[in-house]
Amino acid sequence: MSQPRTLFDKIWDSHVVDQQDDGTCLLYIDRHLVHEVTSPQAFEGLRMAGRKVRRPEATLAVPDHNVPTADRARGIEDEESRIQVNTLEQNCEEFGVPIFRMNDVRQGIVHIIGPEQGLTQPGMTIVCGDSHTSTHGAFGALAFGIGTSEVEHVLATQTLYQTHAKNMRITVDGPLPTGVTAKDLILAIIGKIGTAGGTGHVIEYAGQAIRDLSMEGRMTICNMSIEGGARAGLIAPDDTTIEYIKGRPYAPKGAAWEQAEAFWRSLPSDEGARYDKEVVLSADEIEPLVTWGTSPEDVLPISGAIPHPEDAPNENKATAIKRSLEYMGLTPGTRLQDVAVDKVFIGSCTNGRIEDLREVARVAEGRRVADSVYAMIVPGSGLVKEQAEAEGLDRIFREAGFDWREPGCSMCLAMNADKLNPGERCASTSNRNFEGRQGPGGRTHLMSPAMAAAAAISGHLSDVRELAC
Amino acid sequence: MEKFDKLTAVAAPLPMVNVDTDMIIPARFLKTIKRTGLSEGLFYALRHDKDGNPKDFVLDRPAYRSAQILIVGDNFGCGSSREHAPWALLDAGIRCVIGPSFADIFHNNCFKNGILPIVLPQEEIDKLMEDAERGANATLTVDLENQTIEGPDGGRITFDIDPWKKHCLLNGLDDVGQTLNKAAEIDSFENTQKARQPWLYA
Ligand code: SF4
Repeated sequence: MSQPRTLFDKIWDSHVVDQQDDGTCLLYIDRHLVHEVTSPQAFEGLRMAGRKVRRPEATLAVPDHNVPTADRARGIEDEESRIQVNTLEQNCEEFGVPIFRMNDVRQGIVHIIGPEQGLTQPGMTIVCGDSHTSTHGAFGALAFGIGTSEVEHVLATQTLYQTHAKNMRITVDGPLPTGVTAKDLILAIIGKIGTAGGTGHVIEYAGQAIRDLSMEGRMTICNMSIEGGARAGLIAPDDTTIEYIKGRPYAPKGAAWEQAEAFWRSLPSDEGARYDKEVVLSADEIEPLVTWGTSPEDVLPISGAIPHPEDAPNENKATAIKRSLEYMGLTPGTRLQDVAVDKVFIGSCTNGRIEDLREVARVAEGRRVADSVYAMIVPGSGLVKEQAEAEGLDRIFREAGFDWREPGCSMCLAMNADKLNPGERCASTSNRNFEGRQGPGGRTHLMSPAMAAAAAISGHLSDVRELAC
Repeated sequence: MEKFDKLTAVAAPLPMVNVDTDMIIPARFLKTIKRTGLSEGLFYALRHDKDGNPKDFVLDRPAYRSAQILIVGDNFGCGSSREHAPWALLDAGIRCVIGPSFADIFHNNCFKNGILPIVLPQEEIDKLMEDAERGANATLTVDLENQTIEGPDGGRITFDIDPWKKHCLLNGLDDVGQTLNKAAEIDSFENTQKARQPWLYA
């Protein structure tokens, strides 16, 4: 009998087109997602070499990073952003690549719309010139971010050179406690393994806490695999996965569905498969978490206090803490719950899906955003927006004083007009708290949608469980 | 892509850990459709104060203005996949980055742009960092063919590198052109996959 294999190994083995003596493989890519920021130079490369896109129908483009989230009737005011979005449209036209344009209701953040359309399916290889491509791993697809030269390579050849990553498994035993969400879970994992803990590995998430999650929650987990340094994150497909895909526009139909489903069910890791690295967490130890510093590994339970650099395990870390605290404008020993926020951002490919918005609505209903806070909600796609409005969530948000906006990346990376001013502090559901990420000098605290909503209402970081829903 | 064989140049020290690609080049400099001219945004927040006035950043000091090598801390290049990070480095003349570890995507992106990223144990990095801090004395010779770095005092360090990546870098190879020569293999892969998983081609 053949060796037991992991989910990752199975996907890898079934996509090798060619292998070189040193083990580098030419890997076939099933789906290629494209956005406006990391693709113009790739299309330009094709044009200069007189090459075409090998499988336009396996490719989908969408503008998301630069699009305005205010009224779109006026188009894009910023000239450079407008040029980038127009360039994407022109490139797609010239090379025959399908695109969801800015005013198409299906437009949204690239990692939200792939799953939403049923384009993301188990067992596939999926790439995009964007590190959070790891999101799609929630379906048991091998999905990873690539650079622009690689985007060009995939456009031209539908393949990529890759070396086999190592297998890592993170098991989260037991059910998540009430009030603790997928975002808290992934922050806890990153806090434990560190931002380089997954480097060179593909992480498979397993255990009851993972199995219990909805697809939305699983996407939140896999999304932030890159913050743990991993090449990709994976969760084995099961009934939850298959139910989610069924009936979506690009899902297989009829007899093809039966065939696809049977194949998907053969993908989970075999009993006895070997992992190069194993990490185990117990779900009942996890509390709602927030980040205090400028790296996603700087996490603490909301009941905690700002750390002292002297307590760091080594000098490098002490220097990093000092630098972070200075940037964040925080004093060691301050209770996290005493830290006031100026802005709240709810959205991004980590937490811009319908379930995230429902979580926010549960906290916001019948309450008011604090006078000192500006809070914005940016749905992950036009369809998420439509769904939220059909459920009346927008009314709850508006009545509570949230600004309800158009879909896009928005203040996750501050490429459009949505940004923090220097020194402003933000409770954010996005994935990166790097210096300047949400605007030069801006200060980011990462947390779950429910916790961000609680911060909006109380005006400071706070424990959503104490707001008693 | 410009090939990389041997480089003799000043090495500049950047001892911070977890330098992310937002720090290498902030998002507002990514609104370009070109690969060139990005050095303007390189390490912008480290180089400028709130009002945009220059701070005393290492690459702006006279001893390091001509640096083509960077000695860096752990997990350099983490975060976003933006290839604008190596483009900005290249635009500022940097051809080699030496550190204890790199984030995967950044590491790959360097090779696609003729930049050699070298991974060495922390002790070696500490020594190179110290040498680099001595300023203009810290001229290193990086020889890719022989996989060696020669230090200012004549000391010699060897490094490991993936043979395929070395080959591409030494010859300045464009992988797209090479892969297109494998069209027959790709066709045959697609035919087999289509027979087994027809829904992927519907
Ligand atoms: S929402 Fe943020 S992290 Fe996600 S793709 Fe957009 S910019 Fe990247």
